[in-house]
This record gives sequence, structure tokens and C-alpha cells, in this order.
Amino acid sequence: MDVPIIELIDVKKSFGPVSVLKGVSIKAYPGKVTALVGDNGAGKSTLIKGLAGVQPYDEGQVLYEGQPVDLHNPREASRLGIEVVYQDLALCDNLDIVQNMFLGREETSLRTFDEGEMERQASETLRSLSVRTVKSVRQKVSSLSGGQRQTVAIARSVLQSAKVVILDEPTAALGVAQTEQVLALVRRLAHQGVAVIMISHNLVDVFEVADYINVLYLGQMVASIEASKTTSDDVVGYITGSKTYAGEAA
Amino acid sequence: MSAPLTSQDTMGNPTNDLIGSGQEGSLAEQARAYVQRLRGGDMGALPAIGGFVVLSVLFSVLSPFFLTERNFANLLTQAATLVMLAMALVFVILLGEIDLSAGVTSGVAMSVFVVLSNPGGIAMNWVLAIIISLVVGLAIGLFIGFFVSKVGIPSFVVTLGLFLGFQGLQLIIIGDGGLYRIQQPEILAIQNSNLPVWGGWAMLAVILLVSAGTSILDRRRRTRAGVPNRTIALVFIKLAVIVVVGGYIVALLNNNRGTGFLAVSGVPIVVPITLVILWFGTFMLDRTKFGRYIYAIGGNAEAARRAGIKVVGIKWAAFAVCSTLAVVSGVFSASKVGAVDAAFGRDIVLSGVAAAVVGGVSLFGGRGRLFHAAVGALVIAVITNGLGLLNLPGGVNFLVTGGVLILAATVDAVSRVRAGGSLSRR
Repeated sequence: MDVPIIELIDVKKSFGPVSVLKGVSIKAYPGKVTALVGDNGAGKSTLIKGLAGVQPYDEGQVLYEGQPVDLHNPREASRLGIEVVYQDLALCDNLDIVQNMFLGREETSLRTFDEGEMERQASETLRSLSVRTVKSVRQKVSSLSGGQRQTVAIARSVLQSAKVVILDEPTAALGVAQTEQVLALVRRLAHQGVAVIMISHNLVDVFEVADYINVLYLGQMVASIEASKTTSDDVVGYITGSKTYAGEAA
Repeated sequence: MSAPLTSQDTMGNPTNDLIGSGQEGSLAEQARAYVQRLRGGDMGALPAIGGFVVLSVLFSVLSPFFLTERNFANLLTQAATLVMLAMALVFVILLGEIDLSAGVTSGVAMSVFVVLSNPGGIAMNWVLAIIISLVVGLAIGLFIGFFVSKVGIPSFVVTLGLFLGFQGLQLIIIGDGGLYRIQQPEILAIQNSNLPVWGGWAMLAVILLVSAGTSILDRRRRTRAGVPNRTIALVFIKLAVIVVVGGYIVALLNNNRGTGFLAVSGVPIVVPITLVILWFGTFMLDRTKFGRYIYAIGGNAEAARRAGIKVVGIKWAAFAVCSTLAVVSGVFSASKVGAVDAAFGRDIVLSGVAAAVVGGVSLFGGRGRLFHAAVGALVIAVITNGLGLLNLPGGVNFLVTGGVLILAATVDAVSRVRAGGSLSRR
């Protein structure tokens, strides 16, 4: 087995008397999709916020390519190449695709925008992800469908040459065809060597793309399994706490 | 979707296989795409320009005096204050904020100016006094920005408070019932003197050169990046429009419009000053990070924050720009009126907001340009000017202006609903 690009060992987080993460370990590998599932309140968001550097963990170790690192603010996470694509997408409706993909790190020359350069890079990035649903990179984001928006948000993280991309419910609120498109995109993202961590409630989606499945239950990682070695029924059991995983952590 | 999962091969060299950007295609295709955008609800300043033309035709039919050189020059100088104020407000309206104190800010700053520069009093050098009043505007803007972006009070409340407070401050600076005449010929010249005839043509030549130059530089950058350029015909059309419209206006203003023995001709000095500020402001908004981030914050402040944009700082700076430019509008107004009193600048701010909205700037933020606000201000000025010529009672002016504002907002809303409808059908 390769070295995981990111590994959390026994991380803990509590808010006052409530302990949300009670010693969680998880690994993510480059080129693999690692799913994180669990019921509401299991601690998925807290785990992700720690990785993004938004809400640092209280205890535990974070290993990046085997080396211990600190994740105390979003900038440190970003420097390591950890990008989060949030559920509510964080795109500006009034800007076009290129402007959104480069927001906050525009290419300039002589302190003014080099629009041509940005346009080409945005276009190449979308092409590298085999995106075929976008007609023009100068479309306003307000004119895009939910799936296209998700595509732009993911492409934005690729453009920033992310090593670890965390997707928060990427298929929630999407139709069937758009869900398929986004899942295909998630696969291609992994094929480019990115470690993808995907949070999802939808087990059908999870089984379609995930290589590994990690189940959080009340702040504890109750199962870490290869997707090919388990079934949907078992995973539902772990999520609800009605089954206990007996095997070794994958 | 049947996209292959082996995507590595598409990583190779996709430069020849770019996604479209809407810039390619012939003139006819570009025109079709433009019509498409219009029908999609992205009308920009078009309704306001249309309104300006319709009102101008209407008034020129109703009053033989409307389309004279003298009235046209008069219209421009009447509009200048409002144009400037509306442009100032755009910087905060784009953020989804408002500055109700912009008018009284100009009042306070101009009060400071007249008190400092009045020959009977402190008699400070007028250049220094202007700089000090601009700094007063800047300081007021920073003050507002602090409360809005740092403390987090809604800008409506902060600036409403200042709107009330500054009227008192102005009264204290000027003195009860006081009125200072503007006595510096340089200040009076802004609105009351004109460029020489050759100066107007030189101004037009500079506009042409700058416009052609930016187009060429933009095209060169795009070519270097390997992305398609719009057809060159569009550049020529743009330059032709500037030559025809600008040439007509300059020629009109260069005619003698004096009524007595003295010839009066030339472009009013306020016009090139306004154009320079318009150009520079547009440059900032379109081509620099400061401007792009203003739009981003107005579109989705949370997204902007997550993208690493320093939202607090940008907002703060935008309020500073707004208040400083408001002082410039105060200078225009003082030059036109020739005096500053305790009520200076009190009544204009809502007209400024109305001008921006009529021009197509969205009060929800994120949408609109300086040019839109300028056109909107011209529409409102043409109503005031035209109705004035018709000798209608003063109340009619307010009624018509209000009606036009609501009409403009309706056109905007309806076009957007239609755009939304076609979006859901797609």
C-alpha cells in the first residue's frame, strides 16, 4: 500500500462539554476516492473543518505524506494543496466562469488582469476534466445548472493544483443526469492523481465512485472498508449503529 | 454521459481544443449573441440610453428651445453634479450597500472649503483648500467604512445617522443662515467656462486614441495567450460610434451659443474632468483586483471570503472612494451654483441613487457600471431640464422622475423574470 497523502490519527474535538470527535483516524490516498459517510451529527462537518484549517482539532496528529503538520488556519491547508468544495458552492452568480475559477488569485500583468491567460487556463482545466457541458467559459454562473456549478467549483480546486480535494455533498440537490456527470468528474479528478474525500448521504453515489468508505458514528470511526468488500446494507448498519464492523481498518 | 474515464490523454496539449468564450465568430454571429444576451435580461445601460433618446426627441418636439446649443451645454452642466454623485454611489451600491450621507458629505467638505478659502477669512490657497476638503471626504468615507465593515452596522443605518448629523455639522461650520459665495475663478470656471474650440477636438482625439489603444493591447494579450479575439470589425464600429456621436456633440458645443455680442462656445470644462474620472473608475472596476473583488463581494460575500478576499478591507476602501468622489460632485455643484450654504448637498443623494437605478445598477449589489449610473443621471437631468422648458408646475418634475424610476425598475425586473423563465424552460 502507498503512503497516504493525508492521515489523521486519533483526532479529537469538543465544543465545551460536548465532544464531537472522540478520537478519529482516517487515511486518504492519491488517486483514490475516499468516502466519508455518517448520519447527521456524526461529526463529518467537524472533521472536514479541521482538515480545511477552519476549526483546528484539539488533539491528535495530522500526517501529510507521512510528515506531521499543523493545520491551524485555512492558509496552511491551502499551502498543502487541501481544497474544500463546499455544499453551498461558494460561487459568485454575477461573475463568469473564468472570473469565478480565478477569484482571489487572478493572473495579472502590470497590475491589470491578463484575461486571455486566465481564459486559456480555465478552458484547459475544464478540458482536462473532460467537461463537455459548458458551452462558453464566459457564461455568467447565474446561467448555469446545478451540475455545471458543481463542475465549476471542482474545476476551481483543480486549477489551484490541489492535492487533496474535499467534496461536501457534491450530488445533493442534483438531478439524475447531472449527478452522473458530477460523479464522472469525481472519478476523473482521482485519475489525475488527486486524493478525493467525498462526504455524501447517498450510498448509491458512494458505491459508484468510492474506493474506500469510512463511517462515522457519534464521533467515532466505526468502519473503514474497501468499497468492493462491503455492501450497502452493511454500511447502512454501521451508519445507524445497528451493526458493528469487525474487520481491520483499511 | 459517456465521457471516457481515462482522461489523462486529454491532459496533453488541449490548446487547440479550447472551450468557447463567446468571442469567436463573425460580426453577424456576435450580433446574434448580443441580441441573445439582451433577451436573456442582460440589458445593461440600453433601457436608459433608449429613455434618454426618447425623452430628448419628445422634448425637442414640445419645445423649440430644447435642441439648441445653449440648452445642450446647460443640460451637461446641470447634470454634472448628479452624474458625479451617481458614479460615487456605484462603488458602494455594487457591494449591496448604500451611502445616504453622500450628499451631506459633499456639503460638509464644501463648507470646510469655503470657510478655509474665503478671502475675507482664513483665505487659504484654493488648491490646498480643495485638497483638504477631499481629505475630509476621504476621512468621512473611512469613518463610514469602519462602522459598516468592522463593527458590522448596516450601511443604511450608519449613513442615515450621518445624514442627520452632518446637517448639524454643516450648520455649525457655516454658521446659522450663513452663505458663502464661491470667489475663486478657478472653481467657477469648472462649470462656467469652456475649452477652446481646438480643445474639444483634442479631447475627442484623446478618447479615440485611448479607446483604440486599449483595444489593441487587449487583443495582443489574448493573442499571446492563444485565445480567440472578437472580430476586428467590432473595434472599428466602436471607434466609428465615438467619432460620430462624440464628433456631433463637440461640433454642437463648439458653435457659438452666446446670446449677446460675446461669443460663447466650446466644451464645458466639467465634461473632460468627468470623463477622466469615469475612465479611471471604470478601469479600476474592470481591470484591477480591487474592482473585481467589489463585484465578487456584491455577488456573494461568503464566496469572496472563502476565496481569500479581504472583504472588510475592500468594503472599507469602497466607502472611502464613494465619499471622496461625492466631494468632487460637491465641487461641481458649488461651481454651478456659485455659493455654499448650510443646506448644500442635502437634497441630492436620493436623486443620485435613483440615477444609478435608472441606469441599470442593481441595489442588491454585484451588477452595474459607472457608465450606467452616468447615463441614468443624464436621463434624470433631461427630465428636469425639459420639463423646465415647458413651464410646467414644479411638482410635475418630481412626479415624472419618480415615475421613470419605477418604470426603469420594472423594465429591469420584467426582463429578469423573462430570463428566469427561459432558463427554467431550457
